[in-house]
Amino acid sequence: MHELSIAMSIVEMAQEEAERQGSARVQAVHLRLGLLSGVVKQALLSSYEIACEGTPLAGSQLLIEEIPIEVFCPRCEAPRPVSSIRWFCCPECGTPTPTVLHGKELEVVALEITE
Amino acid sequence: MSANSLQTPRLVEVRKNVLKQNDVVARALRERFRKAGVLAVSLVSSPGSGKTAFLEKTLTLLYPRYRVAALVGDLATENDAARLARSRAPVKQIITGTVCHLEAAMVQNALEGWGLNNLDLLFIENVGNLVCPSSYDLGEDLRFVLLSVTEGEDKPLKYPTIFNSADVAIITKSDLAAAVEFDETAAKRNIQAVRPGMQVFKLSAKTGEGMTEFLDFLESRRARLRAAGA
Repeated sequence: MHELSIAMSIVEMAQEEAERQGSARVQAVHLRLGLLSGVVKQALLSSYEIACEGTPLAGSQLLIEEIPIEVFCPRCEAPRPVSSIRWFCCPECGTPTPTVLHGKELEVVALEITE
Repeated sequence: MSANSLQTPRLVEVRKNVLKQNDVVARALRERFRKAGVLAVSLVSSPGSGKTAFLEKTLTLLYPRYRVAALVGDLATENDAARLARSRAPVKQIITGTVCHLEAAMVQNALEGWGLNNLDLLFIENVGNLVCPSSYDLGEDLRFVLLSVTEGEDKPLKYPTIFNSADVAIITKSDLAAAVEFDETAAKRNIQAVRPGMQVFKLSAKTGEGMTEFLDFLESRRARLRAAGA
C-alpha cells in the first residue's frame, strides 16, 4: 500500500504548481496512470482524499486517465497493445514482446485551477 | 456559494513524473555505481521466499574473493542484518518503519560513509512485498525477482507488474521442489508470459544446487560493467 505516499506527492506537486500560479485554487488534478505503474487506481483515489485533508486541495478531484500497456513487436516492427498484463505478446502475430513503450506512466499532466 | 466555485476553471499544463524525486536520486546512484565499478543488484520477492538465506549463501561464497556488501530492508528488526553478517561481508539494515518498500533515498542514506570504490558487488534486499517495490527505481543495475518452489507456479501471473519490472528470475528452495510437486515448466512458462526473454535460475541456498551457474552469471555481469567503465 504505497498509494498514500504517492497521493501525498501528487498533492505536494499540485500545491507547488498552484503557488507558482499565484496561489490559485486547485479544483482538479489530471493524472496519467499506466497499467504497469504498480499503482492501483481505486487505492490511489481514496488515498488522494486522505492526502488532501487539511490542505488547500481539500475537496479537489483527482481525474485519472488510465494508460494501457503498449509494447513494440519486433516482428511486425510496430507498437502494439498487449491483450493482457499476464501475456506480453503481439496480438497480431503472437511474438513475445519484452519492450514496453507505454504503461509505466505516473504523471501529473495538468491542473484545473480557479484564481 | 463563493465566487471561486462559480468561475470556470483554467487548465494549466504540468507534465511531471510523480516519482521524479526518486528517479533523480536513483539515476545519481546508478552513475555512482558505474563510476566505482560496482555491480548493484536488488532482490524482490514475497515474504518468506528465501531472500535472506539466498543472500547469505551468495555473500558467503563470494567473500572474501570479491568485495561484497549488502543493504537489507525490513519494516522492523535487525534480524536479517545479523544473519547476513555471518558471511563476514559488510551489511547494513535499513529499517523502513511503516513503509512497504525501499526508495532510492533510503539506499543513498544507507550508503553514507561507505567507500563504493572498495566494492565489487552491492546487494540490496528489498522489503518482502511483490506489489509496492515495482514502482521504485533504486539505481540498481539488475533487479532479481525470487520465487520459491513452495509458492505456486502462478505467482508471476498474479504479480505481473513486479515480474515485468525485474531483469532476472530466481527460483529458490529447489531442494523442496519434489516434495511440493513443483511444476518447473509451468513456472517458467508463466515467467516468460509476463516478461519474455527473462533469464531464469533455479537454485537452493541449502544444498548449493544451481549456485555455481548463478555466481558465474554475476561474475560475467560484473566483468561486463568493468569493461564498459574502463
